Amino acid sequence: MTLSANVPWAPAAPKRTTLQEPSVEYRAWRAREHRRRYYIMASRLALLGAFMLLWEFLAKSHIVNPMLTSYPSALWPTFVDLLHNGDLVGHTWTTFKATLVGFVLSMLIGIGVAAGLWWSGFAYKVLDPFLVIANAMPKIAFVPIFYIWLGSEYSVYGMAVAIAVFVTIMVIYDGFQSIDPNKIKLARTLGASRGQVLRMVVLPGSVPTLIAALKMNIGLALVGVIVGEFQSASSGLGFLIVNGSQIFKLNVVMTAIVVLALLSGLMYLAIARLEAALSKRYS
Amino acid sequence: MNAVVERFIPMAATKIPSIEVRDVALRYFTPEGETQALDRINLTVGAGEFVSLIGQSGCGKSTLLSLMAGILEPSSGEVFVRGERVKGPSQRVGYMLQQDYLFEWRTILDNAMLGAEIQGRDLKQSRERAAHLLHKCGMGDFLNHYPRQLSGGMRQRVALARTLVTEPEVVLLDEPFSALDSQTRLAIADEVVEVLREEGKSVVLVTHDIAEAIAMTDRVVVLSRRPGRIKSEHRMLFPSCSNGRPSPFEVRSLPEFNTYFSSLWDELDVHVEG
Repeated sequence: MTLSANVPWAPAAPKRTTLQEPSVEYRAWRAREHRRRYYIMASRLALLGAFMLLWEFLAKSHIVNPMLTSYPSALWPTFVDLLHNGDLVGHTWTTFKATLVGFVLSMLIGIGVAAGLWWSGFAYKVLDPFLVIANAMPKIAFVPIFYIWLGSEYSVYGMAVAIAVFVTIMVIYDGFQSIDPNKIKLARTLGASRGQVLRMVVLPGSVPTLIAALKMNIGLALVGVIVGEFQSASSGLGFLIVNGSQIFKLNVVMTAIVVLALLSGLMYLAIARLEAALSKRYS
Repeated sequence: MNAVVERFIPMAATKIPSIEVRDVALRYFTPEGETQALDRINLTVGAGEFVSLIGQSGCGKSTLLSLMAGILEPSSGEVFVRGERVKGPSQRVGYMLQQDYLFEWRTILDNAMLGAEIQGRDLKQSRERAAHLLHKCGMGDFLNHYPRQLSGGMRQRVALARTLVTEPEVVLLDEPFSALDSQTRLAIADEVVEVLREEGKSVVLVTHDIAEAIAMTDRVVVLSRRPGRIKSEHRMLFPSCSNGRPSPFEVRSLPEFNTYFSSLWDELDVHVEG
């Protein structure tokens, strides 16, 4: 599934400016546009189908070892089996919940720290190099330490936050900085305090940035959760993947990965919906 | 004998001046060095008087406006608004910037309410006043629209209403029409002057447009090149117009207009560099 910016629910149809009957050319143009959208959607499905067929064919004809790759038609029975006997819903819920916690925490911390840095230019200057290094650091290196420090459940949250939070701070801070200084000047001539400038100008003016951060965050938090689950969890999709590979049940691994793809796609779609709803006001 | 003179001289004589700038200098520092932006500025704006500041770019005219608004502090000297020393942004002063800077996430009415919200005024009363002012500026049908739905001229009218909602006594205009096309400029200058005169405001207008300064204000103050000093002041009198102060648009067709224009042009000593 493609999750491009070109979302199908974005208002694409041009507004009619005249009341007269649409011309033949205009109707032809509309039909072309319509067909084009249809072809794009059909091509997407065809591409996905071709991939599945190829995978199925290569594995079934033993060109690749089905032990290593599994194959699509084996996934559905595994999926049903996991659903009934393997608590797939529970595993998915665990991963979803941890992602949500990590994602909400890193957004809150991100906004809070970015606001602090915006407030104090001095603090920003002091902390900037540390943030850059923390962001560049491969946080996965901390997985074992987090496990020791935080235990099996909280280390998963910790990993999600660690991976998402630094880049979130930097993106949100950049958004705060890019507010037109004249808007701030305007508020100041009206007597606004620094807190009022933050609340009435900077925060509402940064809504598009916050949404961009939200989008980026959901993916990063999920990465953190899966990595955290690899190490420490006894449930969750990351656990299913690691556990399945250890006992060489590639069907389980592949099924978990497909569920993971669906989960991340759905969360992204939810945010894209939110963005579409908000962009009416904030653009 | 002249209506304009009679109108502002007695007011200035009997009332405390709206703005008094006393011996103000401003220097600012950057890593590259020290800049003297303004030097020995003395200026008085009477109650109800419209004064414009003209000068070449970089002469410090906008800086002087920021000093009056209290968002900059002079290095030496003092600024008084209605006899009170300026120590920070004051509710007595309204400031209109070069562009409207309307907040795109607020409706027109809510944009006009910004100052009232910041200053913690009675919201119900302010909302009525905002709606009234927007009606007066011809924006009554757009209260619940968003800024992106409006043209540049309409947006600047909203900005005027926003400035006036907080009932400032002095309105500072910092090249308020520079972002507009020339037809809109002419039309909106008339409307803005009319509204401001009706509301009885004192006005300081900064502009680089000599014609606009002559058309809109009672007195034109010319600033020299950096460091900005007051080079000369010119009273705009229009004896050829019999019925009081002509509107900005009318001024442009009066014989005095060309005389003032050429003498201000000489004062400005414009020559293109490079």
